[in-house]
Amino acid sequence: MKALKQSTIISNLETAPGAYVLSFPRSFAFVPGQVIGIAMKPDEKPRLYSIASGNQEALVRILYTVKPGGKLTPGLARLQAGDVIYTSEPFGGFICGAEKAVWVATGTGIAPFASMFYSGLSVNKVLIHGNRFASGLYFLDDFLQVMGNRYVPSCTREAVEGIYHGRVLKYLSELEQLDPLVKYYLCGSAEMVVDVRDLLIERGVPFENVVAEIFF
Amino acid sequence: MEEKRDVLFGKTLKQLEEVVKKLGLPRFTAAQIADWLYKKEVTSIEEMSNLSRDARGKLAARFDVGLSGPAKVQVSVDGTKKYLFRALNGKFIETAYIPERKRHTLCVSSQVGCKMGCLFCFTAKQGFQGNLSAGEILNQIRSLPESDLLTNIVYMGMGEPFDNLDGVMQSLEILTADFGFAMSPKRITVSTIGIVPAMKVFLEQSTCHLAVSLHSPFEEERRRLMPIEHVYSLNDVLEAIRSFPLGKQRRISFEYIVFKDLNHSPKHVKELARILNGIRCRINLLRFHPVPGTPLNAPDEETLVTFKTALESKGLVTTIRKSRGQDIYAACGLLSTKEQQPG
Ligand SMILES: Cc1cc2nc3c(=O)[nH]c(=O)nc-3n(C[C@H](O)[C@H](O)[C@H](O)COP(=O)(O)OP(=O)(O)OC[C@H]3O[C@@H](n4cnc5c(N)ncnc54)[C@H](O)[C@@H]3O)c2cc1C
Ligand code: SF4
Repeated sequence: MKALKQSTIISNLETAPGAYVLSFPRSFAFVPGQVIGIAMKPDEKPRLYSIASGNQEALVRILYTVKPGGKLTPGLARLQAGDVIYTSEPFGGFICGAEKAVWVATGTGIAPFASMFYSGLSVNKVLIHGNRFASGLYFLDDFLQVMGNRYVPSCTREAVEGIYHGRVLKYLSELEQLDPLVKYYLCGSAEMVVDVRDLLIERGVPFENVVAEIFF
Repeated sequence: MEEKRDVLFGKTLKQLEEVVKKLGLPRFTAAQIADWLYKKEVTSIEEMSNLSRDARGKLAARFDVGLSGPAKVQVSVDGTKKYLFRALNGKFIETAYIPERKRHTLCVSSQVGCKMGCLFCFTAKQGFQGNLSAGEILNQIRSLPESDLLTNIVYMGMGEPFDNLDGVMQSLEILTADFGFAMSPKRITVSTIGIVPAMKVFLEQSTCHLAVSLHSPFEEERRRLMPIEHVYSLNDVLEAIRSFPLGKQRRISFEYIVFKDLNHSPKHVKELARILNGIRCRINLLRFHPVPGTPLNAPDEETLVTFKTALESKGLVTTIRKSRGQDIYAACGLLSTKEQQPG
């Protein structure tokens, strides 16, 4: 990775308990789905974050959760507008075009899909997002407004009207049919990716049509 | 509340020096402890007989040696043994001992489970429970009944070694240092799917051999097999290797699991020759052994031989790795636990 570049934070707001949206001015072009490295010092080993904003927006947004005991995120959450962070060039190949597809995410794994969404790539897509609590269904209002019933929010730890109660895995397993000809993009924890990929393959989706990114 | 006891096994000489300093013991005690731990192979502090009674008392009040034997062993008809060691949350890690005539190889785990989600791997299906400490990695070597016979160590068991860089680098230091096992780095290979930043640290700070899991030279195909390709592409991995002066001693190998009708066509041969051009390396072909629920299949022997011949005709040094311990699911390089709990 090349040297990290200094960026000044515009905002760093807690959007749900323990989850933050950090923004800074965009000084690079990127493809929705790409990641950047973020560090608090120029010589620190950066952690990777998916860009969650559209590729034409003036600000880059990052959605992250604080990992207690983590090396970066507890400190990152304390930063305020005007503070600086160090960022890498965007990179990565978790990329989706205009073709019909199903997007499946858990937790902050929604970030690359949010970027695709805010870049105008949500036509033709179904988005299934799960988290423990409804407060963790980031960007829900925007998704609902544009995607309507092609957006499926779900949560496991509380029952909320209009939100599927259960894991995304359960939701998918209850669907009568899974189109084997479209691509399924999965993003989130290794556990979700492996379980959902196994289910899709078991239900007849060729593995070539399963595209996965893991937040390891 | 009772303070959690620390362990000595797995500490570097520098860390042992910090320990003795904190306990108010003379500095040379650290080298004596290292000698007992890594050369004289004691299992208790009491056995460290050249330490004063006071020193042993102070150490024993805070520390254990930290060794623990395997919980279970399964023996294959071909002599391969799969040992299960107790790890976090009631889970187990696997260590495969592979004896050959002159070579006795141990395949060690670096994590409990794995986060990398490779399509062909059974460890991936077990989720991730945590990193192994240097002591837990080394315990697989020291507490092995065949420990004295070992000639080679490969980090190819459960987990991605470079997702646990600190634990792995510390264990390599102890394995190769004079104060530790004093093993030649030429007998140690670390295998990775290609986490580039950590791989660079390894290339710079260690002289052990490197094995990279390749499995397909085509980006799209490799992505479906190994999600890591989305983050660190094979291209990035090869660029990092090319930019590093490897010297004559260090070996780079590429592990290539052959899947039936997937990754052994003439197109694959041509592309492999193109992307590996200029890298002094060896390709190790492994026959895929299907794991439950996988959409991938095993190739026949003829396919492997034909692919090997085709690669060699392009000037690529290629070997077919013998499958070992299939009946006990100890296929090294994709160690697969059929059972998670010892019965
Ligand atoms: C491609 C990619 C994209 C990503 N995108 C995002 C994103 O958009 N948003 C997001 O929030 N995250 C994302 N991540 C995850 C992110 O990179 C960080 O891993 C995460 O934010 C935690 O960083 P940290 O430094 O705070 O925690 P870390 O220091 O990495 O620790 C994480 C957790 O592990 C524990 N831990 C630390 N060290 C050890 C150890 N040695 N043994 C056992 N446990 C340990 C800590 O206590 C903590 O609970 C992404 C990761 C990848 C690979
Ligand atoms: S092959 Fe290695 S890196 Fe991939 S999931 Fe299995 S243990 Fe992890």
